Amino acid sequence: MALYLKKNNKFKEFFQLLFGHPMGFAGLAIILIFLGMALFAPHLGTQDPAKSGAVENLLIPPTSQFWFGTDDLARDIWSQIIYGSRISLTIGFVAALITVFSGTLVGLVSGYYGKMVDEVLMRIVDFFMMLPELPLMIVLAAVLGPSMWNIIMVVSLVSWPTTARVVRSQVLSLKERPFVESARCIGASNLQLMFSEILPNVVPLMFAQAVLMVTEAIYAEAVLSFLGLGDPTSISWGMMLNHVFESGVIAESYWWVAPPIVCIVGLIVSFSLLGTAVSDILEPGYKEKRGF
Amino acid sequence: MGLKKFVLRKIVAACLTIAVIICANFFIFRMAPGDPVRMMFRDPRVSAETMELMRQKFGLDKPLSGQFVAYVKNLAHGDLGMSFSQRRPVVEVLAKRIPYTLLLVVTALTFAILLGVTLGAIAGWTSGSKFDTAILTASVTMYSIPTFALGIILLMLFAYVFPVFPLGGIFTPASGYEGFELVKDVAWHMFLPATSIVVWYVGEYVVLTRSSMVDVMEQEYITTARAKGLRRSRILRDHALRNALLPVVTITGVNLAFAAAGVIEAETVFSWPGVGRLAFDAVSQRDYPLLQGVFMLFAFAIVMANLTIDLIYGYIDPRITVGDR
Repeated sequence: MALYLKKNNKFKEFFQLLFGHPMGFAGLAIILIFLGMALFAPHLGTQDPAKSGAVENLLIPPTSQFWFGTDDLARDIWSQIIYGSRISLTIGFVAALITVFSGTLVGLVSGYYGKMVDEVLMRIVDFFMMLPELPLMIVLAAVLGPSMWNIIMVVSLVSWPTTARVVRSQVLSLKERPFVESARCIGASNLQLMFSEILPNVVPLMFAQAVLMVTEAIYAEAVLSFLGLGDPTSISWGMMLNHVFESGVIAESYWWVAPPIVCIVGLIVSFSLLGTAVSDILEPGYKEKRGF
Repeated sequence: MGLKKFVLRKIVAACLTIAVIICANFFIFRMAPGDPVRMMFRDPRVSAETMELMRQKFGLDKPLSGQFVAYVKNLAHGDLGMSFSQRRPVVEVLAKRIPYTLLLVVTALTFAILLGVTLGAIAGWTSGSKFDTAILTASVTMYSIPTFALGIILLMLFAYVFPVFPLGGIFTPASGYEGFELVKDVAWHMFLPATSIVVWYVGEYVVLTRSSMVDVMEQEYITTARAKGLRRSRILRDHALRNALLPVVTITGVNLAFAAAGVIEAETVFSWPGVGRLAFDAVSQRDYPLLQGVFMLFAFAIVMANLTIDLIYGYIDPRITVGDR
């Protein structure tokens, strides 16, 4: 890990590297489009996505009034797609935030204290990592009931161990470094050492993990909604696919199937590209290779 | 740590995991809203007395601790309860579906490993080349496509628009095929669901084999082999690939946990009558005992697979039993 984001200019440098990386640039560009969609949804959406229309508008292909056509309840698909970006991005970001913070906390404590604390925490992590993720998410979502917050909770509960693992191994090597030792000699407490000496050096890793977790959360929401465990109060992309699949008109309504698939895949691919770029940049020696 | 201690430790860990899964399974489903008896008899004509009788019969009038003891006892006898929707023992329902899922998973994983390892090895061997970049970019894209989304695309394209493959199921109903004809029919039905699973895994295996290969290529024994003047194909086969495959073996165990996800998605889209489709049906019918059974089965299978891989790995790679963990 060659990068320490201790000062502001390190952040600037990091983003310069990210923009210079072709995969990172492409990923960020696509993410920005989706962010724009989510932010300006009320202006971009032409109809209320949940409002059923007149009978003569059932399942019609794209027209000038319904840009992406309508579904089997005569609801506007363009507006569903626009508003759907809000759900995917909210779940992605919130779940990633919760996952990375809880995972980092566990990894920090586990790596710093070592011994029994480490042993117990890592056994718990091992246990969670061995559980089949999707079946567990299905079980929890089915039992807790379908709501956006339950999906966020379920995704976070299943994904924090990966972050804890990665952060722990980083902390193990960081706590032996001279700067931690010198801080200890000045009389810094355990909490100070953990949070103001070691934690800042884990930030780049947390960022890389966060990108990964956003991807996983978006994927998880799409799958759960497709399986019929989505929040019924708002229409997400996964739920659109569930509706088209259950309605049995999948063969004759390409305009209803294609947009949600393109959006789900596009958003996940963009975060994967960003993730690959970030892990490339955090690789030691990347800066030198690029002539910085 | 000796081999014996390593093996013992792994077995104890696996048993503990299963014990915790069994407990978690009991308590998670106790949080489920609604009265199980009412779930089973969704008929308003069933009188309150009958309900009370059923509650006593299923031991639901006992305190939670008593219920837990009964649950563990039943489990020890291989009893996972009754499926609400199918009105048959869960074990019976599961047993019928397991072979179909195994068929799909084993076929898909075999193809994915063969294809992924080959492409990954070539990419790593020629690292930095155009071929390498193309393969890597394609792989990152491939494992970003959710299996169910790919499944729907394949279903639309190759079953509806160009009806080359069947819409779903495992064989043509009432066709009376036997012997080789039947095998051909099943393979025909399996093509699309297996493909949607394979694509994701190929991406994963390519990335993994490639990075492992790149690491190995920098090792000194490869330089030595080159200096000895060995043929390139010999270095690739006997020196590079053999060592590069070790991490691939480990990840196969971890992958089985994800295989559960791919199987549920693909089986749902293509109505493949396996355990994954059963999970979807159990969810849509709110059939909790069945869902509980499916979860137990997946968890148990993954713990066992991981244990097997760990033990095999302990034998293959002596370093693992010497290190601290």
